[in-house]
Amino acid sequence: MSTLLSVDGLTLRTGGRSLLSNVSFSIEKGEVFALVGESGSGKSLTSLAIMRLLPQAIKVVSGDIFLHKESLFVLPEYKMQKIRGKKIAMIFQEPMTALNPVMTIGDQVAEVLKLHLGLSVKEAKVRVIALFEEVSIPEPKSRYGWYPHQLSGGQKQRVMIAMALACEPDLLIADEPTTALDVTVQAQVLELLMRIRKERDLSILFITHDMAVVSQIADRIAVMREGEIVEMAPREHFFTAPSHPYTKKLLKDALGDKGSREQRAGSKLLEVKDVKVHFPVKKGFFQRTVGYIKAVDGVSFSIAKGKTLALVGESGSGKSTIGQAILSLVPVSSGHICFEGVDLATLSLSERKLYRKKIQVIFQDPFSALDPRMPIAEILREGMDALGVGPQGKEAQDAYMRALLQTVELEPEFLFRYPHEFSGGQRQRIGIARALSVEPELIICDEPTSALDVSVRAQILTLLKKLQDERGISYLFITHDLSIIRTIADKVAVMKDGKIVEQGSVSDVMDSPVQPYTQKLLKAAPKLPDITL
Amino acid sequence: MSLMLLWTDIMVWILTGMILLWGWRLSKSPEARRKWHYIFRSPLAMASAVVLGFYMLFALADSVHFKVTEPSKTERLYAGEIVSLLDMAMMHQKAYSERTYSAPFATTEYAKSIVVGEDGITRQQNLPLKHVAAEYPVKKSLLALFLGIFVSLLLIGAHLWLTAQEGFMQRIFAVFKGKSELPWRTGYAVLTLFIVLFTWLYVMSFSYHVLGTDKVGGDVFYASLKSIRTGVLIGILTTLVTLPLAIFLGVSAGYFRGWVDDLIQYLYTTLSSIPGVLLIAAGVLMMQVMMDNHPDWFASTIERSDLRLLFLIFILGVTSWTGLCRLLRAETLRISQMDYVTAAKAFGVSKWRIMARHIVPNLTHIILISVVLDFSGLVLAEAVLSYVGVGVDPTMYSWGNMINQARLEMAREPMVWWSLFSSFAFMFVLVLAANLFSDRVQHVLDPRNAQ
Repeated sequence: MSTLLSVDGLTLRTGGRSLLSNVSFSIEKGEVFALVGESGSGKSLTSLAIMRLLPQAIKVVSGDIFLHKESLFVLPEYKMQKIRGKKIAMIFQEPMTALNPVMTIGDQVAEVLKLHLGLSVKEAKVRVIALFEEVSIPEPKSRYGWYPHQLSGGQKQRVMIAMALACEPDLLIADEPTTALDVTVQAQVLELLMRIRKERDLSILFITHDMAVVSQIADRIAVMREGEIVEMAPREHFFTAPSHPYTKKLLKDALGDKGSREQRAGSKLLEVKDVKVHFPVKKGFFQRTVGYIKAVDGVSFSIAKGKTLALVGESGSGKSTIGQAILSLVPVSSGHICFEGVDLATLSLSERKLYRKKIQVIFQDPFSALDPRMPIAEILREGMDALGVGPQGKEAQDAYMRALLQTVELEPEFLFRYPHEFSGGQRQRIGIARALSVEPELIICDEPTSALDVSVRAQILTLLKKLQDERGISYLFITHDLSIIRTIADKVAVMKDGKIVEQGSVSDVMDSPVQPYTQKLLKAAPKLPDITL
Repeated sequence: MSLMLLWTDIMVWILTGMILLWGWRLSKSPEARRKWHYIFRSPLAMASAVVLGFYMLFALADSVHFKVTEPSKTERLYAGEIVSLLDMAMMHQKAYSERTYSAPFATTEYAKSIVVGEDGITRQQNLPLKHVAAEYPVKKSLLALFLGIFVSLLLIGAHLWLTAQEGFMQRIFAVFKGKSELPWRTGYAVLTLFIVLFTWLYVMSFSYHVLGTDKVGGDVFYASLKSIRTGVLIGILTTLVTLPLAIFLGVSAGYFRGWVDDLIQYLYTTLSSIPGVLLIAAGVLMMQVMMDNHPDWFASTIERSDLRLLFLIFILGVTSWTGLCRLLRAETLRISQMDYVTAAKAFGVSKWRIMARHIVPNLTHIILISVVLDFSGLVLAEAVLSYVGVGVDPTMYSWGNMINQARLEMAREPMVWWSLFSSFAFMFVLVLAANLFSDRVQHVLDPRNAQ
């Protein structure tokens, strides 16, 4: 084996701040090297530095990068341009934005070939079709003329991979290539990458935050934290004997707390009976209804007091729509949603207000969940004012809100700051505080942890569990992440195409699934090897 | 003399009050303060703001009107005449006009007249101007220069004194070495330049027609100054008409969707597919007929032209809200999908309250940017409309009217260039300052430009 790329003591700075300090590693030919870390740890910067695409403001203080023993930093720009794409190729997290929406996918890949290899139009087309075949795009000949919007997310990522492979690079940089994809699609894309690696003896620099994915594909793993590599080890050692405390913490957070949850018998709080949510499809000048999109198609489940039901499914399965239906934000086409035995659909607007305070919601994206123009105090006050919960009067409310912030483990002084001053995890806590402000009995958690880093995710889950134990709140936990179900849920329901395919207790569904779809889903989900820390 | 406010005066003072109130409220929010501070960090923005402030000052001084109750012999005011503060400061030019064209700083008329001398011989000669005192021009200029520098030093000193925190002298050094947080040095320089230039022109205007006279002998400098009000008023009052329409319709369309959205979209696509000038011309002609049928609505020509200005502003406002409305609709569509709006809905907050508390505050940057950008466009639109003949009243001082008259003057031989030059220079400085300022506002407030 020979060394393909080596990064030697790379140090980056911007202004007075150090971004990377003394990062060194090397990638062998045909090796998958994984760079793991939380957001802001400098993983993506490292990859940009390799491509020499760093933003102007960032200065390389010291260090060097060698490709085939040739320093990349001394090359003139026109030579570097040849290296990009031809020697080093890159695939990104968002296949949706990485493809040009007004060009056919075939032309986009052919363009790279024409540019770098000087192929003619005909030759390029033949090559592109061969590449599409290699990345398992069905019917490559006819897909050549398709536009990106006609493809699914997974297929777009395959096109991106085909484009990256077009000029037969030596190194492929994959920057979180599967994060935006569903588990089953993720499994397929990872499998594809592994196959190509084998066939072409390709080296891959795989950047991710997902420990489970790493455990499946990487040969060697480096953990980054605040611009430094804290641990670097081959896979076998990494998972069996992690040495650095930060690595141990990351692995522990990724594993989650599998301790069995305290069993309490609770009465039924929410019952969803055969609920359907159909959105009409309207066409023509008179807006005739020509058909329906069946977002939710006959779903039944129930949640007991103080318990958590996890609703699992891939994107587009209708799990978020159910959450909105329970919040009365989308109209229910048929069926009943009963809260404490009362059918919410039969209530008048004013009566429904009573239930608004009992059912609250937490969102996925902590950045869009808080109004950027409002200080935290105003955000928390809104629900209390609208629903008349908690003390009224400014001073009493301030005291109440300070206590609320302490409940979600934030400083009471944060009350008069604005959302942009907080990190993602802190914002998620503020979102939880907002939901708690009206003392709800049921909180709908719509993917509350999927935008967060592993360690922050673990903290938020712990907080949610603590609140459940203290206040007896029930959760409807909507997620696509199977790894956190054992940590948080009592019961699981698996959704597909608007229907629930399987539901039951966590151990039943997760350990011995009956339905083929559940089995497929569980099989596709990357798992960490069993490790004891 | 008794105070008498015209309709547009009332509107402009209400708007000034609103801007001041808004500024006061902004100064309480640290977030907004930081943003505005950042806007003024650019020397170009600071200079433009000083220029705009200068123009605003003239517009405001020209927006306080008095009705003359007793005619005075010396000032040539007749009873019932309406004069503004600016008129009073410029009385020497308002009251005394020449016979016809004269060039800037000239002592004689521009064209030769036929004169029969005492000896009975007919001669062609340039007649001397009646209201020119061409003695000691250098001495007067120096006096004006000193006066201008004195006034600006006084103002700068007062400002330094007010903003000095640690000590007066340190403050002076900090500012003049360019180490103050805001580029006050640039601001002071532009201020001094403008004050000196204006005092010089003002002092000289007692002895000369500094920018010449027009066809009927009216002073061009005075006309240019009077035109500031017309331009600025059209620029800012029109937005007062536009904003409520654009915000209300745009936000409703984006938030309610469905048939409300369809209706509003049909409305603005229809409106914006009619050529703007045609629509405005139709509106202006209708208004003219209406005003001709109701001569009892106004007592004097000034009141008539003021009413016409008001209608023009109204018509411009009603025809120019579509662009902003479309922007606001699109942005509202995006914001109403945000989770914080869903959270508010889950709290049972009413629709109107969500719009007022969550949607409109998040649109302010778009509104502000488009208001500042539209300003210069509207000033130019006034000139174009007056040129076409559907603008302000022909008796009203406006750059558009001046340019319209200059059309014929340019064809004369020798050419009369100063009317066009003055209106062009005054308008150019205003529009340039407004454009530079709006560029900066857009750069800072547009979230896409944020680092």
